[in-house]
Amino acid sequence: MNWTRKDLLGLEELTKEEIEFIISTAESFKEVQTREIKKVPALRGKTVVNLFYEPSTRTRVSFEVAAKRLSADVINIATETSSVKKGETLIDTGLNIQALKADVIVVRHNYSGAAVMLAKHLDISIVNAGDGWHEHPTQALLDILTLKEKLGRVSGLNVSIVGDIAHSRVARSNIWGLTKLGANVTVCAPAMLVPPAIEKLGVRVAKNIDDALRQADAVNVLRMQFERDDENAFPKQLDYFKNFGITKERLLKAKKNIVVMHPGPLNRGIEMSSDVADGPNSVILEQVTNGIAVRMAVLFLVAQARDNSDQEKL
Amino acid sequence: MQEKAKILDKEGVERIILRIAHEILEKNKGTNGLALVGIRNRGAYLAKRLAEAIKKIENEKVLVGILDITLYRDDLTLISQQPVVHKTEIDFDITGKNVVLVDDVLYTGRTIRASLDALIDLGRPKTIQLAVLVDRGHRELPIRADYAGKNIPTSQNETVEVRLSETDGKDEVVIVEK
Repeated sequence: MNWTRKDLLGLEELTKEEIEFIISTAESFKEVQTREIKKVPALRGKTVVNLFYEPSTRTRVSFEVAAKRLSADVINIATETSSVKKGETLIDTGLNIQALKADVIVVRHNYSGAAVMLAKHLDISIVNAGDGWHEHPTQALLDILTLKEKLGRVSGLNVSIVGDIAHSRVARSNIWGLTKLGANVTVCAPAMLVPPAIEKLGVRVAKNIDDALRQADAVNVLRMQFERDDENAFPKQLDYFKNFGITKERLLKAKKNIVVMHPGPLNRGIEMSSDVADGPNSVILEQVTNGIAVRMAVLFLVAQARDNSDQEKL
Repeated sequence: MQEKAKILDKEGVERIILRIAHEILEKNKGTNGLALVGIRNRGAYLAKRLAEAIKKIENEKVLVGILDITLYRDDLTLISQQPVVHKTEIDFDITGKNVVLVDDVLYTGRTIRASLDALIDLGRPKTIQLAVLVDRGHRELPIRADYAGKNIPTSQNETVEVRLSETDGKDEVVIVEK
């Protein structure tokens, strides 16, 4: 397979082969993390700009570490302290970053479609680090890499996604990625947080949490974004834990080796109990490590694809 | 692409591997502190074959690793087909070892330059030596092979193709005109 995309905007637009290609490239990059010198010269002389319109620590740091381990220069723009505060539009900000001769923009934005719009207006590479409720492709890719490592495959696995499906870009990217790779996806959420017609994406809606866990090879537990509950539509935190929280008792009824994932940051005692988060089924910290390898792979692939398309224009 | 001449057949490749195995043992006075590192893709198979030959001669196992140099190439922006990144598989410490880099064809020397960078990022070998099946000339960097199977004078519009049973179904070396 030859990778030709200069952007990574979401998993919806990718083929099964493209997703598998990123995963296998990421597996190669994992080896780099085991070295004493965890740095390779592949993106030497390239500049990666992290443009984050939403607070984020782990995704931004993960992209920053990934870019630095590829020897790229990294610039972080936090919009609270930038000209965005003075009214500059997203596209103008993007054009200015492009005029600085940056090579890749990693963008996180609260509007769905922000990354797609930037990619349309700019020639440099755009990587979507989360746009509104739309997609968060690198999170889903690192979840898939972790699943593949833990269970040896993705095709045919039963994966349940539990939590606020309606507002979750992590859920959406996971659904696209997992179904393309042949996994059976089940979602489980309080009724008001299940988007209408979600079955059309090829997923099953579980009746309750025990139903979601019973046959699952893995459960991906989403963060409840209580800070986004503007309409007061969310269940109370304690009610949520009682009805949907992942506990040791609930896992006793599931498969013994069920893989428990969480994209972080984790609300202990709301989404899952501490004994599960720190227990033998949890792979939460391995997800963080895999995140670096996945983001190295993505940055490497998009930057190379852009160089190659520039060559063809000459 | 037209095949011009067959330089080596299966037996020819075997004899060269056996000879280079002897030369490596002679120069390094045995297998102590010795490690073979093959450069992906075909160098990796040649390194394994050299290790087998050394085992037959000395009855000693020698360390073998595989180096992927994709991330160290200086022509990443020049090649149109994007290379696939594979794993480097060196599960021993190379510091203090006599490392023999193994590749199929020595040409411009740029692959070896990248390999030296990649290897030195992994540790500090006592020496780094170079073994190649074919040296076809046209160096662009000050690099030479310590062990060369065959010197083949070529013109730059020819390529030397090393085919190995592991990757191509049979062992042979041919000159192909572009």
